[in-house]
Amino acid sequence: MNDDSRPPNAYVIEDAWAKLARATPARIALGRSGTGLPTREVLRFALAHAQARDAVHTAFEAKATAAAIAALGFETVHVASAAPSREAYLRRPDLGRKLSEEGRAALAPFAGSTPDLALVVADGLSSTAIHAQAAPFLAALKPRLAQEGWSTGPVVIASQSRVALGDEVGAILAAKAVVVLIGERPGLSSPDSLGLYLTFAPKLGRSDAERNCISNVRGEGLSHDHAAFKLTWLLKEALARRLTGVSLKDESDLLLVGGKPPASRLAGGQTG
Amino acid sequence: MPYRHLIGPRAYVFADLKELMAKATPLRSGDMLAGIAATSAEENVAARMCLAEVPLATFLTEALVPYEDDEVTRLIIDTHDAAGFRPIAHLTVGDFRDFLLSDAASSQMLAALAPAITPEMAAAVSKLMRNQDLIAVAKKCRVVTKFRNTIGLPGTMAVRLQPNHPTDDPAGITASILDGLLYGCGDAVIGINPASDSLPVLSELLKLTDDIIARFDIPTQACVLTHVTTSTEVINRGVPVDLVFQSVAGTQAANTSFGIDLATLKEGREAALSLKRGTLGDNVMYFETGQGSALSANAHHGVDQQTLEARAYAVCRPFKPLLVNTVVGFIGPEYLYDGKQIIRAGLEDHFCGKLMGVPLGCDVCYTNHAEADQDDMDTLMTLLGAAGVTYIMGIPGSDDVMLNYQSTSFHDQLYLRDVLGLKRAPEFEAWLQSIGITGPDGRLKPPGGTNPLLAYAPGLAA
Repeated sequence: MNDDSRPPNAYVIEDAWAKLARATPARIALGRSGTGLPTREVLRFALAHAQARDAVHTAFEAKATAAAIAALGFETVHVASAAPSREAYLRRPDLGRKLSEEGRAALAPFAGSTPDLALVVADGLSSTAIHAQAAPFLAALKPRLAQEGWSTGPVVIASQSRVALGDEVGAILAAKAVVVLIGERPGLSSPDSLGLYLTFAPKLGRSDAERNCISNVRGEGLSHDHAAFKLTWLLKEALARRLTGVSLKDESDLLLVGGKPPASRLAGGQTG
Repeated sequence: MPYRHLIGPRAYVFADLKELMAKATPLRSGDMLAGIAATSAEENVAARMCLAEVPLATFLTEALVPYEDDEVTRLIIDTHDAAGFRPIAHLTVGDFRDFLLSDAASSQMLAALAPAITPEMAAAVSKLMRNQDLIAVAKKCRVVTKFRNTIGLPGTMAVRLQPNHPTDDPAGITASILDGLLYGCGDAVIGINPASDSLPVLSELLKLTDDIIARFDIPTQACVLTHVTTSTEVINRGVPVDLVFQSVAGTQAANTSFGIDLATLKEGREAALSLKRGTLGDNVMYFETGQGSALSANAHHGVDQQTLEARAYAVCRPFKPLLVNTVVGFIGPEYLYDGKQIIRAGLEDHFCGKLMGVPLGCDVCYTNHAEADQDDMDTLMTLLGAAGVTYIMGIPGSDDVMLNYQSTSFHDQLYLRDVLGLKRAPEFEAWLQSIGITGPDGRLKPPGGTNPLLAYAPGLAA
């Protein structure tokens, strides 16, 4: 709904510096009603908070996510963490880092398959992010993986999962490295942001200092193709130097052409 | 030494003082996650009844975190004011609560007692107190600090202007600073959380805030909230630094996970003091804390998170900080589950800090995966305003677009000033009037004309 056609509200004191707001996504020059926010701003904030809350609590559509990823030509397998519910997931981070018994059994057929890269798609704190970003990101990643000739295991779709669950998955598959695509903690202006966590030689007990993170993957943030380029760069370095984490600094920006990643040679027509 | 308490036929036994303290704590998710919380409501009250009978002096001999293993414990014990402790040395924890609420505990007496109160004593008595007790006693505590203005005077509340930007864009940060100043915020500090940790970016932000403060002769101070060692480094490179920042926790092991110890903090303070940039005083440190940080670093020694938070204030105390704030709801629901737990924790933290003589403010805040919303923040900030909180945060529209959480806004502090009659730091209050932002009553002037501040960024305002 657009307010432009309505007369100005005499009770709202507008700020004389509205043009400053162009310089930042922060909520400035909001105006005021007395000392409070104008009604339009209270409602705009309420909507943003509602969307962020929904992103945390919206049920993860694991089947639809798997179908969208399978359509890209990936094999998929579904697992759940040891957290039995969303509430347990939020209260007990330790449970979200472990596979359930059923999850471990589901991975048994792939045990020891030694892919170069294990792929895990985890709902994390925003299933909205996974629904919106996971398949398009993998579509952008696939030709870059193919170009390098890297093998991948099945894409493991993980419910009620935190980043460290990827360590157990990677260890079962005996993968050289694992990347976890996970819904990031939603902010008011970014309820659908995807994070990518790359860990070399995954095994139980890896710390966050041993991972590389690419965050803010979404339409208004880092594009899918740019994120795929960064991940490929990091994985190439990780496999060569046999490590990830604080000792591996992301210098992929040095290869950008006009602020954009160079195209994959195999990209034509394959990414859909 | 085990502690026992009988409820009817049932004997509750607590293996040691730290178990007793944990079981006596009002329920919160972080202590449950650590596996140290009371397992029934009755056990919780039995522990409180038992704790009420413990002499205060016990905390000087029975360390919750071993003296040999932890420099924070050594700091607490070695710097304890034994002479100052004499007037309360005969009290139990329960007696101590009665004393604090009584008229005998005047503002002057509480200020004199502060160096004799260890964090464990403050935490213990807080566990026996209701929210109104935490407010009533904190209100009597006076902690005044100075750099370019005077913070903590009775009847005042300051605001940190927090103009964060997702990519540290100088124009974007300037826009938020101007918006905040025009809403009358910024007397505690203009404090930026940078997204980057690169020295050139941090130096640019420090020069930007220094330039705004100098150009308009604003009686306030700036801070870029980066690691203490990074601040020391930029000071050595000749960049203007007012306040040196650091996050601190209540155990040596947790501080190690932050990459600091007491010696690092001392070096940072000495570097800031060497610049002599304060005009009214030399309180040059800014610390942040928050319940749950030690557990999150797996460095909690089986001690409850509220007691460890009070120990963090003992870490701050010898460095004579200008500002200390608990970032109460930032850490997430696994430590403070919902609005009720966040509100209780905010009041406890403020009470313990003030009782110990630390200038405690509060980042009244929550994340989107906690069971909390802006109504809970309205409640907590109103209670803290009543309790005499040193300062709160001012963030555009409550929405931090860099850190992705919600806090209090430029508007919120206007509401608190109107409802509770709270003034700003007097030097800043006078400056706001002189530049035409507020009238003699401290309220924002109605719009009209162009404020000289807007001429600062003609490119932005055009």
